[in-house]
Amino acid sequence: MESLNFIQLDLVNGLYLFIVGFVGGLVSGFIGSGGAFVLTPAMMSLGVPGIVAVASNMCHKFPKALVGALKRARYGQVDLKMGLIMGVSAEAGVLTGAHFQEIIKQRFGDIGSNLYVSLAFVLVLGIVGGFVMRDTIKTHRAGQTEEEKPGRLALWVQSVHIPGTMVHFKSINASISVLFTIPLGFATGLLAATIAVGGFIGVPAQIYVLGLNSLMASATELVIAFVMGVGGTIKFAWSGYVDIRLAMIILAGSLFGIQLGAIGTTYVKPYMIKLVMGVIMLTVMVSRALVIPVYMSQLDLMPAMAPATMTLLKNTSFLIMILALALGAGIIVVALIQGRRAARRESLSVVWQSPG
Amino acid sequence: MSAGNQVSHGFQKLILWGALSIALYAALLIFEKEVLAISSQGRWYFIVPVVIAFVFSFVHGHFTAEFWESLGIQAKK
Repeated sequence: MESLNFIQLDLVNGLYLFIVGFVGGLVSGFIGSGGAFVLTPAMMSLGVPGIVAVASNMCHKFPKALVGALKRARYGQVDLKMGLIMGVSAEAGVLTGAHFQEIIKQRFGDIGSNLYVSLAFVLVLGIVGGFVMRDTIKTHRAGQTEEEKPGRLALWVQSVHIPGTMVHFKSINASISVLFTIPLGFATGLLAATIAVGGFIGVPAQIYVLGLNSLMASATELVIAFVMGVGGTIKFAWSGYVDIRLAMIILAGSLFGIQLGAIGTTYVKPYMIKLVMGVIMLTVMVSRALVIPVYMSQLDLMPAMAPATMTLLKNTSFLIMILALALGAGIIVVALIQGRRAARRESLSVVWQSPG
Repeated sequence: MSAGNQVSHGFQKLILWGALSIALYAALLIFEKEVLAISSQGRWYFIVPVVIAFVFSFVHGHFTAEFWESLGIQAKK
């Protein structure tokens, strides 16, 4: 096994990881996923080797997802059966995705692999994020923010009966064939192995294809993330790549965040989950789109770029990625504060109206 | 249980989980070289980082839950 140089930890590095972990946890607790994508580049910016950053990120993700899932299960938002079924198929997706990554890295090197990951970001986040955002705006304009109903596709999926494959899910009070849930779980895992956030497919798939409401989908995603995270951690730890100090420091911040994010879901209207998800997805898409020309020029797929321009694009991309997380976290905090105020007003008016 | 007792019980839990969490993190950082050496050996030693992650999530998870509760930030009932 190759010997790894684990970085020297100091107070500034530790605080930086704690804060990024907190914001990431806040977003994950709220939308079920999406807080981890910034952690790998954040660790790498401290000099952590890429593979150690990915492994340590994975090792903080599964305990974080566990705490978040348990918390949201207490609010009745988790469909455990759905989470486990999709989680197991997601695990297969993770292994396949990791294999793809290895092949691309062998054939096209690190730059080819970076280009592949960035293209996947732009393509998936552009299509799915655009769809989620469009739906959120439509919901808001129509004033149907209180309640979510399954769409036409979800109703059709729920109406298909394939003998021997049907499983009843309490979250939708209907049976769905696992022939639908398995490919969706697999795609979630595939994306997780590629861009580190499977939930950008997992949550919208559960909402739009299976018919769960946003709260249930985002909470159930935490179960999927837990299953994927345990498998991924074992895979990386088997090769000795996990820096447990980094993982636990990020976990220290992210558990504060995930508790707050989970509490936040009890105060907001369900469409807020989609809004936060859409905003993050589209902002991250812009961030990754900026670095595509850099990798293309390094692979001689377009004219060479000046080193200063490459550095500028890479730094701008990283800043926009942090902005994406900050935007998501900002919306969550504002929604939580407004929700708490509204709840307080409601309870005061109940006390005021109650006789005696 | 009166409201006063509830507050004091909640505070005791916060202090208990907080102390345990600090102790765990202190041990991890004081013995970082040893912990890293064992946890990064690979193969069946994969169990070490996995168990550490579970233990930290249990203890620190309780602490963070008590922390927000002590600030009055609770789920909507």
